Amino acid sequence: MSNENVKTGLEAYNAKVAKAIARFPERGNLPEQRLYTPLDVEKTDYGTDIGFPGQYPFTRGVQPTMYRGRFWTMRMYAGFSTAEESNKRYRYLIESGATGLSCAFDLPTQIGYDSDDAISEGEVGKVGVAIDSLADMEILFDKIDLGKVSTSMTINAPASVLLAMYIAVGEKQGVSADKLKGTIQNDILKEYAARGTYIFPPKPSMRLITNIFEYCSQSVPNWNTISISGYHIREAGSTAAQEIAFTIADGIAYVEAAIKAGLNVDDFAGRLSFFWNAHNNVLEEVSKFRASRRLWAKVMKERFGATNPKSWMLRVHTQTAGSMLTAQQPENNIVRVALQTAAAVMGGTQSLHTNSKDEALALPTEDSVRIALRTQQIVAYESGLADVIDPLAGSYYVEALTNKIEEEAQNYIKKIDDLGGAVNAIEQGYIQKEIQDSAYKWQMDVEKGAKTIVGVNKFQIEEKPVEGLLKVDASVGELQKKKLADLRAKRDNAAVEKALAALKKACQDEHANLMPVILEAVKTYATLGEICGVMREVFGEYQAHVSL
Amino acid sequence: MEKRVRVLVAKPGLDGHDRGAKVVARGLRDAGFEVIYTGLRQTPEQIVGAAVDEDVNVVALSLLSGAHNHLFPRIVELLKEKGLSEALVIGGGVIPDSDIPSLKAAGVSEVFTPGTPISSIVEFINANVK
Amino acid sequence: MNIAEELLGGSRLALSRAITAIENEYDNAVEIMQKIYAHTGKAYVIGITGPPGAGKSTLTDKIAKAYRAMGKTIGIIAIDPTSPFSGGAILGDRIRMSELTLDEGIFIRSMGTRGSLGGLSRKTADAIKLMDAAGKDIILVETVGVGQSEVDIVKTADTTIVVMVPGLGDDIQAIKAGILEIGDVFAINKADREGVDKVCREIEMMLDLNQEQVLWRPPVRKVIASQNEGVNELLAAIDQHKNWLSESGELSVRRNERIKTELLAILNEQIGRYILTKVTDSGKFNELLHNVEARRVDPYSAVENILKDILR
Repeated sequence: MSNENVKTGLEAYNAKVAKAIARFPERGNLPEQRLYTPLDVEKTDYGTDIGFPGQYPFTRGVQPTMYRGRFWTMRMYAGFSTAEESNKRYRYLIESGATGLSCAFDLPTQIGYDSDDAISEGEVGKVGVAIDSLADMEILFDKIDLGKVSTSMTINAPASVLLAMYIAVGEKQGVSADKLKGTIQNDILKEYAARGTYIFPPKPSMRLITNIFEYCSQSVPNWNTISISGYHIREAGSTAAQEIAFTIADGIAYVEAAIKAGLNVDDFAGRLSFFWNAHNNVLEEVSKFRASRRLWAKVMKERFGATNPKSWMLRVHTQTAGSMLTAQQPENNIVRVALQTAAAVMGGTQSLHTNSKDEALALPTEDSVRIALRTQQIVAYESGLADVIDPLAGSYYVEALTNKIEEEAQNYIKKIDDLGGAVNAIEQGYIQKEIQDSAYKWQMDVEKGAKTIVGVNKFQIEEKPVEGLLKVDASVGELQKKKLADLRAKRDNAAVEKALAALKKACQDEHANLMPVILEAVKTYATLGEICGVMREVFGEYQAHVSL
Repeated sequence: MEKRVRVLVAKPGLDGHDRGAKVVARGLRDAGFEVIYTGLRQTPEQIVGAAVDEDVNVVALSLLSGAHNHLFPRIVELLKEKGLSEALVIGGGVIPDSDIPSLKAAGVSEVFTPGTPISSIVEFINANVK
Repeated sequence: MNIAEELLGGSRLALSRAITAIENEYDNAVEIMQKIYAHTGKAYVIGITGPPGAGKSTLTDKIAKAYRAMGKTIGIIAIDPTSPFSGGAILGDRIRMSELTLDEGIFIRSMGTRGSLGGLSRKTADAIKLMDAAGKDIILVETVGVGQSEVDIVKTADTTIVVMVPGLGDDIQAIKAGILEIGDVFAINKADREGVDKVCREIEMMLDLNQEQVLWRPPVRKVIASQNEGVNELLAAIDQHKNWLSESGELSVRRNERIKTELLAILNEQIGRYILTKVTDSGKFNELLHNVEARRVDPYSAVENILKDILR
């Protein structure tokens, strides 16, 4: 049928159904059109806009074979309490078929404080594992072969320190740095904009990040040096288009910083990775993944002139949306996570963490983590969704939505460029304000009933309190304090002092790469708090921009 | 008279998840309250210091890290110490039901778990504020 | 003990409660002000204003710290707009000052603009007096924007700092036109940004043209508040202005003028309230109102008629 005929047919269809269309106030934000046709993708060219998997612009996926080569990495984010406890959980996950580790650190670790710091009181071991020194890291990976496993670490402001500890543990196991595989999140900009675990101001933070890029390109070549994260931006309330827009804008800022520091774009760009959120709206999410790959490929090729195809690829880890889990009727979350998993898989993710049903209430138990992992396995082996590559390509709606999301994101990136780039836009509070506005609109839609959340504002039931939640032992803090006291008594404190003095000197020298100095310091068992303390002293601390 | 209910929205502890705190702050503003927002990583001492200077009627605490059992009671205690015992203390975040009775016993007036509409928080404040 | 006595005795909570009484127009507000008035007039009041995004809160934080380092005690009043739709407000200036919260020598109070313009500047002036009576050496009043209410508030300050930043675009012309006459000192914040020299030049040029400021030429200072750069120089400029005020006798002229304005404002309000009550309580008002509604009488004649009775 020619497009002319489709047009005539569509007009006839519209006239016919116009009167029969129902209104759904409780299904707010429906797409403008109820039906998509070839007319909506008239300008979309298969060759330039969609193409083949593994080929520019990578709309259909970054690898040529995708899940016909191998499934995505099933990577479960875990960690709580002490290194001993978390080590047990990691080994359980590996035995259950998880193919990668993902470390969650507690908040004191994430913002560079030791467990015995006054500010850490009550937080030690709560949202992740407490790591105070190399000694804890050795226990965390005890009997786990770092030469085989790939490890993702959710660590940002002190990423350099945790990476150094990982390298040091590898050395002790006899695994050289060039054999290590994994990822550090290392994405400070989204910490300022959405997640809140920042330490230093933007300038020294960007320096630390480029230092890591440079160091790893030489010494840890298989390491993903950054996971530029939209996940938390989405969790903070952004829309799908904002998620990829603000994240790619952050990515542009990192690439610019590294180029400015003298690096060649193709030397580091291949190790940049991304992190998306998978929400409930399956088709919108699939379109988001596709749009993001195309957009990044264009940015890298056209804006930065990267020539290595690896530099053009947006490789992505995905986590299902924590903010979509409900505390009400938590079993329903299993279904939500299954839909989100379907979206991430049809979107072509490289690795995936699935949330557990009880995470709106507490950290997950072992049983609920198993269901979450099984969800991935069911989607992989039973659903057929992974059987062909990019199965939704060619859907009029999905292609049109892919175009729309890309365009919206491009407009945001232009606006951010006009503000002087992502760092300035964050310092002026622009990105935060956009996210907050979306979050508030979402909440108002839910309260007005324009958006339905099953079990929350519709289909509620009387519920009994949920039992059997995971409780982190309150004595973790005391335990860590004791371990620290022992460490400080036992280690060679003169060596620690010397290493910290060298670190201070390197921090003051703008041109020094901090990674080797930090590595030396962690090997003396200098603590995370001591190392970050030195950096705090030289770099100062970031003051958040809040505009409500 | 030009009385306004004043609410301190505070984030004790170290977690940076302020979506809830900010959405609630805006919602309370739109309900006609004066909302003083403290920003992230506030110690109990800082929160109570702000509550005293601002003479707030309500202290609303948001925490998602699980440190509530430690931090909420400490804040209630400090408020009493500083003479602000009539201020209403409410909390929200990822807080298991099983922790709520002990938080209430410690002086937290109400705990709002995920999914609570802002209108319920407004109603609670209006019904209970002194 | 009552609030006023406790406040004079140094109670932080009493100061806080007294400001609430003023803000909420509680019955005891007048009595508190009566009791503390004799203890006022000692503090030096600095106004800090400028457009949104200029970094006023951060600068206020740094100025407070610098004065604190000299051993001064500080009161801070941070004013944010009240939503005209809900009557509520988000007062977020404290975020930049959270380190100050633990300092016993610093008291920070956030205020919403709430209702009437005149009401706000009166309440701010009273809050300043309360902090003054509570023994604060320096009082910083931070307020956003450049509207009439801000100008009124700023008139309660001895020295007013206008904060500007590079990169505000075209709005700057209008803003500058509105603030020129109120700035005693200009602070150009975020001076590491592009365009800082242009802003400085533009302000100097406008000051050149301004004939009103022949006696005191406001100095223009560059600062980077977030990095605490230029703050001491800014303090020196404030000091210069302070010295000029006292040496020229302008300080007492200004303060006396302020007292007169305030006295007139209170008188005006009380007379207004007194007469209105008297008028509206009488049956004649309603009768006249009906006549005006029916367009039998015009409002001007009606008022003449009423006043004839009252001002006999």
